[in-house]
Amino acid sequence: MIDLWFVIIAFLWTGYFVLEGFDFGVGMLAPFVGRNAAERRQSLQTIGPVWDGNEVWLITAVGAMFAAFPAWYAGVFSSFYLPVTLVLAGLIVRGVGLEWRGKVTSPRWCDAGIVAGSALPAFLWGAIFAGLLFGRPLAALLGGAFTLTVCVLHGAVFLALKTTGPVRRRARSAAMAASAVAVPVAVFALSGLGTPPALAAMGTLAAATALIWRRREGWAFAATAGAIVLTALAVFVRLHARPLPGLTLAEAASGAYTLTMLSWIGLITLPFILVYQGWTYWVFRKRVRVGAA
Amino acid sequence: MDALDLARWQFGVTTVYHFLFVPLTIGLGVFVAALQTAWHRTGKEHYLRLTKFFGKLFLINFAMGVVTGIVQEFQFGMNWSEYSTFVGDVFGAPLAMEALLAFFMESTFLGLWIFGWDRLPKKAHLACIWAAAIGSNVSAYFILAANAWMKHPVGYEVVDGKARMTDLWAVLTNSTALAQVPHVVGAAFVVAGGFVLAVSGYWLLRTRAGMWRGAARGALVMTAIAGAVVAGTGDMSAKLMYEQQPMKLASAEGLERDTAGAAFSVAPGVEIPALLSFLSTNDPGATVQGTEDLQRRFEQEFGPGDYRPNQPVVFWSFRVMIGFGMATVGLSVLGLWLTRGRRDMPRWLARAFLWALPLPLTAVTAGWLLSEIGRQPWTVAGELLTAAGVSPGVSLTEVAISLTVFTLLYGALAVAEVVLLTRHVRGGAEEERRPAAPAEQPEPSLMY
Repeated sequence: MIDLWFVIIAFLWTGYFVLEGFDFGVGMLAPFVGRNAAERRQSLQTIGPVWDGNEVWLITAVGAMFAAFPAWYAGVFSSFYLPVTLVLAGLIVRGVGLEWRGKVTSPRWCDAGIVAGSALPAFLWGAIFAGLLFGRPLAALLGGAFTLTVCVLHGAVFLALKTTGPVRRRARSAAMAASAVAVPVAVFALSGLGTPPALAAMGTLAAATALIWRRREGWAFAATAGAIVLTALAVFVRLHARPLPGLTLAEAASGAYTLTMLSWIGLITLPFILVYQGWTYWVFRKRVRVGAA
Repeated sequence: MDALDLARWQFGVTTVYHFLFVPLTIGLGVFVAALQTAWHRTGKEHYLRLTKFFGKLFLINFAMGVVTGIVQEFQFGMNWSEYSTFVGDVFGAPLAMEALLAFFMESTFLGLWIFGWDRLPKKAHLACIWAAAIGSNVSAYFILAANAWMKHPVGYEVVDGKARMTDLWAVLTNSTALAQVPHVVGAAFVVAGGFVLAVSGYWLLRTRAGMWRGAARGALVMTAIAGAVVAGTGDMSAKLMYEQQPMKLASAEGLERDTAGAAFSVAPGVEIPALLSFLSTNDPGATVQGTEDLQRRFEQEFGPGDYRPNQPVVFWSFRVMIGFGMATVGLSVLGLWLTRGRRDMPRWLARAFLWALPLPLTAVTAGWLLSEIGRQPWTVAGELLTAAGVSPGVSLTEVAISLTVFTLLYGALAVAEVVLLTRHVRGGAEEERRPAAPAEQPEPSLMY
């Protein structure tokens, strides 16, 4: 039961990184791949209907940690106190920026908030998880650089996949440029883990570069998503043995009764959530044009 | 000043601030859904205009509710790690259920609603706003169930210094929660109704359009009904408080000694004989416990310490809550009476509606101060003191930094939110009439 809940939490974090990963990337890139107001709006509309739902994956992952492993939840967030504060500040300005952007006279402040609010958590989540695994500042820095560049790449590929016209072209160039940084950073960051999934993540990321070069945007997106899944797998396999220095999962876990109850609730609700979130992506499956609703 | 004090301030600041936006989200979502339903049923253009107008105000506010809510979920772990470790087994379950059953639904369907105007069949689009509105209300239930457990813990046992849940059903049907949920959700509808009233009042003073009279009438009905629910469940809460949280009740009344046939003090010096005993038990002669006598009994039970919450804050917030809340509901009942049939809306009434925004917002804030300061020094009644729940490894500097970051950020955003809301209220609900220029695509009003 303890392992099942660890897997569920890993699944929720992975879903969060795959989904919000690209909308962090889009948030950072929108002012640069769009040369005018209409193009910037076009970029942000690719994530408009979904980013808030994506963020709920984080809320659920953290809520599940609180319920299933209270001591782990409390230990992680109190020991990474200031980085978490900054993540929250980032998510606040980003969320407000995205929602308010269309309702202000000049969206410049909102755009700045979206870029900063996407970059901060994209960097800091990597730094926090690397810090959790290795406990060294240099490792945290490298981890942050890794998640930041991968989010940019993932977002660029998503933009290339979801837009038309000049934005699509520029997003592709941005993806090429991002991968030139992301792949070497990944080699350094993931070799620290050195496990098969980490090595596979490296390979998948390199494959994404080749695919975007050959204009296979759908496959390239699958590859960047796959690289994130594999990295998360590598990270959580490590965390399974030692979720926090001086703490084991069994010590951190809630009682069997609570875990059983939560399992039933999760088992019943998760399929519905996956279906209706999937439906959202289906409804908005078409590429977004300039000025299109 | 130590880390504990600052952590408490941070919790107070972020939570009170968060709850300025939450009641509007809870009530206004349903109001917008009702407007859109009216448009579907009647096909009348002005319902659509009102839907889009209040929908936009709803979204501006919704953003603030969401982003300030994220902070809540993290700060239990950040500032209150000992608390989190103690309660997580019980307290975490409703939080996780809130995310799974409410937040996903709320945010996913709201995204579909915002961007789905031209993309979805009309009925599916209407269903989306209802799903989002229901999600908000369901989330209120779970978070209040978690909150109620802290005041009246049930369905658990303490094993190795940690609370272990033994009965989820007991936690979800806690009598304190069952009284508190309709009380708080009702109050949210009063706040949202008051907001619509204030906006409609503003427009009624400037235009003769019948649409605003209709909006105001709808809000009056909502506020009056919700007000009755709030009053009724407030009475239930008082009776439960008598049994479960006698110290809070005594502090709210400034009652120092155990008293039979206790009087209700309206303000210091103004008392109604036997009313407190009657309100607490339906028996005017019943004995109500006083703070000093309770303090003595608590010392015997839990050892030395001060078990009394901050008396003036609890006393006055109780009066502000009741007074300001009643004033709002009184205003709406008066408004309904004066505009019955097809009677005109008097100008002074429209002007009075402007007060329907600050009054209930102040009342709900006072209500939370009463509720949460009143349970001090306990964080989980009888089990864990607030002072014992704080994170041991977090320094004063760290809490000071995060408190500064959040306070500055919240202050700036409050200004921006008020400016934005005011501008959109002034913009009115006329824009949907403008024909779209063929050269330029119409800018969808609910999008980015």
